[in-house]
Amino acid sequence: MQCPKCHAPMHTYNRNGVQIEQCSGCRGIFLDYGELEALTRMESQWGAGQAVPPPPAAPQYPAQPVAPAWGAQHGGGHYGGHHGGHHRNKGFGRMLFSS
Amino acid sequence: MTTTPLLTELTLRAGTEAHARRRTPSTCPCGATTTLADRPDATVVRHADTVAKAHAPDTDQTELTPRLTTATHLPDLLLPPLSPTPVDLHGRLVTFWPYGTPVDPENPDAAPWEPAATLLARLHRTPAPTHLPPMRGPAKAALAVARLRDATSHPAVADVLHAWSALPAWARAEAPMPDTTTLCHGDLHLGQLVRHPAPDGPWRLIDVDDLGVGVPAWDLARPAAWYACGLLSPEDWARFLAAYRAAGGPAVPADGDPWPALDIPARALTVQTAARAIAKAVAADRPLDEVEQAVVDACGRMGSTPPQLAHGFPK
Repeated sequence: MQCPKCHAPMHTYNRNGVQIEQCSGCRGIFLDYGELEALTRMESQWGAGQAVPPPPAAPQYPAQPVAPAWGAQHGGGHYGGHHGGHHRNKGFGRMLFSS
Repeated sequence: MTTTPLLTELTLRAGTEAHARRRTPSTCPCGATTTLADRPDATVVRHADTVAKAHAPDTDQTELTPRLTTATHLPDLLLPPLSPTPVDLHGRLVTFWPYGTPVDPENPDAAPWEPAATLLARLHRTPAPTHLPPMRGPAKAALAVARLRDATSHPAVADVLHAWSALPAWARAEAPMPDTTTLCHGDLHLGQLVRHPAPDGPWRLIDVDDLGVGVPAWDLARPAAWYACGLLSPEDWARFLAAYRAAGGPAVPADGDPWPALDIPARALTVQTAARAIAKAVAADRPLDEVEQAVVDACGRMGSTPPQLAHGFPK
C-alpha cells in the first residue's frame, strides 16, 4: 500500500505477532482495525508476565482509494471479512437502493 | 397495505396499457399486476411488460415533460417512456414505461458498478437539451433537512444540521448551482438501473423526475458517500470511479484525488441520508440501526473538517 501522507510505499513488519505497515519515506505507521488494541493488550500482558498468544496474520490488501477526512475507518484490508461484510451487506440491501 | 383509489386506478391503467401494446390482448401472459413501489412521492405498478408510475403529488408538468422528452431522445442512456406526455389520474401525473429488470439487492457482488459509471459519464458528456430545468439533487437534500427540522428533537439532529450549515448555498438549494449546462440524472442509486429489454438487455438509467442541468459530481456522490461512510468497499468504489474516468466523465479530474470535486455533494448526500434515517427511526420509535448510525457518525465528523473547495480542474 501507499502512505496516505507522503505516498511512498509502505512495508509490512511483524511486531510481536501484529502486522503493522511502516512508510519507507516518512516512517509513519499504519495500524489495521484492532491492531492498536492488540498491541496495547500485549503490552499489558507483558507487564503482567503472561504468555502472549500470537494473533492471526493480517491478510494482504491493495492500496485503498483516497477518502475524505470525514470518512469512516474502513478497517484496513478486512473489508469483506467478518466486520466489513456484515456492515456492507446490511447497508447494501436498503441504503444503496433508496433516495 | 391499504389499497387507495389511486393504486386501484393505476393498476387498471397499467393492464390497459400493457394490452394496448399487443395486437390481441389475449396474447398477454397477464398474471397479476404487482405493486413495485407505493410511497408518498411515487406509486409504481407493473403489468406484464408495462410499468405505470404516478409521480409525486407536487410534480410540475412543465418540468416533467422536458425530462420525459430527454429520455425519449436518449434511449441508449435512459429508459424511454412509452409516451413522452404524462396523463392525469386522480390529480396525479402518470407515465407508462417498458418493464426492465432491476439490480438484485440480495446479490451485492453482481451490482453493475461499471455500467452505472459508464452511463453517467456518457450522460454527463451529452449536450443538455434546451429548456431542461435544473437537476433536483440539492432541492431534495434541502427537503429532507427541512423535514428533519420540523419533525424531531433526536439527539443526532444537531450534528446533521451543523454539517448541513457548513455547505455552500448551492448545495443547499439556496443559490443556483455553479454548473448550469451539464446533463445530470440527479438521484443516482442502485434502484435507478434496469436491464432493458428484460431480463438481460443492456443497463439503462430510470426515473427522470430529478433529471436536469447541474453539477455532475452530484451523480457520483452517493457511491462516494457510501464509500466515505464505510458502506461501500474500497474495491467497489475504485471500480466505479475508474469506469467513470475511463468513459471520459467530466465530473472529476481524469486522475489524482477526486475529492475536491466530490466532497461537497458527498457531504450533502450523507446529510440527506442521515436526515431521512433519523426521521424514519423517530417515526417508527426505534433506535438507529448500524448502517444509519454510520451515516449519522459521518455527519458528526464533518464538523471538524471544513468542506473542500472544488477548483483547479475544468468542468
